[in-house]
Amino acid sequence: MIIGKVTGTVVTTISHAHYKNRRLLVVQPLVMSGEKADEDFIALDTTQAGIGDTVLVNREGNGARQVLQNPDACVISIIVGIIDSIHTSPKWTGDRVQ
Amino acid sequence: MLFGRVRGTTVAIAKYPGCEGLKLLMVQPLDRHLEPVGGLQVAADVVQAGPGDLCVMVRSREASLALPDVKFVPVDLALVGVVDDLQLRPDGDFDFSIKPGWVTYT
Repeated sequence: MIIGKVTGTVVTTISHAHYKNRRLLVVQPLVMSGEKADEDFIALDTTQAGIGDTVLVNREGNGARQVLQNPDACVISIIVGIIDSIHTSPKWTGDRVQ
Repeated sequence: MLFGRVRGTTVAIAKYPGCEGLKLLMVQPLDRHLEPVGGLQVAADVVQAGPGDLCVMVRSREASLALPDVKFVPVDLALVGVVDDLQLRPDGDFDFSIKPGWVTYT
C-alpha cells in the first residue's frame, strides 16, 4: 500500500459495470522530502475521500477484488483509508541509521 | 489506473483465440495534467470510446478481467471509462513530500 494525496476527481458517465456508483479520484503518491516524485494515477474510492485528503491506496488487483467482494473486478488501485498522521524517524537517512 | 487519449484504431487480422471481435484502439497514456507519458499503446475497448476521447484505462491482469466474455486472454491494457469531467486542483495547493517526524493531515 502507498500513501498519496487526492488532487482531483474524475467523472465517467460511460464506464465499466465494476466502476458504477463509485468515485474515481486522481492520486499523487507522497515521497520523502527531496526524493523524485512518482507518477500519478487514478484510484477507486471506498472511503468517501475528497480532494486534499491524504489517503492509503492499495495498488494490487487481488486486494481490490477482495475489498469490492467481486472476484472478477477490473480494478487495480483502490483507496482503503484516509491518513490522519504519519511518523517517520528523523534519524533515518535512506539506507542507514546515523 | 491511468488516463489515456484515443488516437486511432488498430486492425489485427490474426488474433489469439478469445480475442476475436475485440475492438483495439491506439491510445496515448497521459498524466493528470493530460501531458503524454511514454509512447502510443494499444488498448482493448469495452466502453465504445471514439477518437479524441479522454478515457480511464486499466493495466495488467485486470485489463483482461474488464472484457465482457472471455476473461483469460492476453490483453494488458483496457479502456474502462470515458471521462466527462475532470476536476483538478493546482499542484501548488498541496505538499507531496513527507517530512521526517510527525506529520498530521487532519
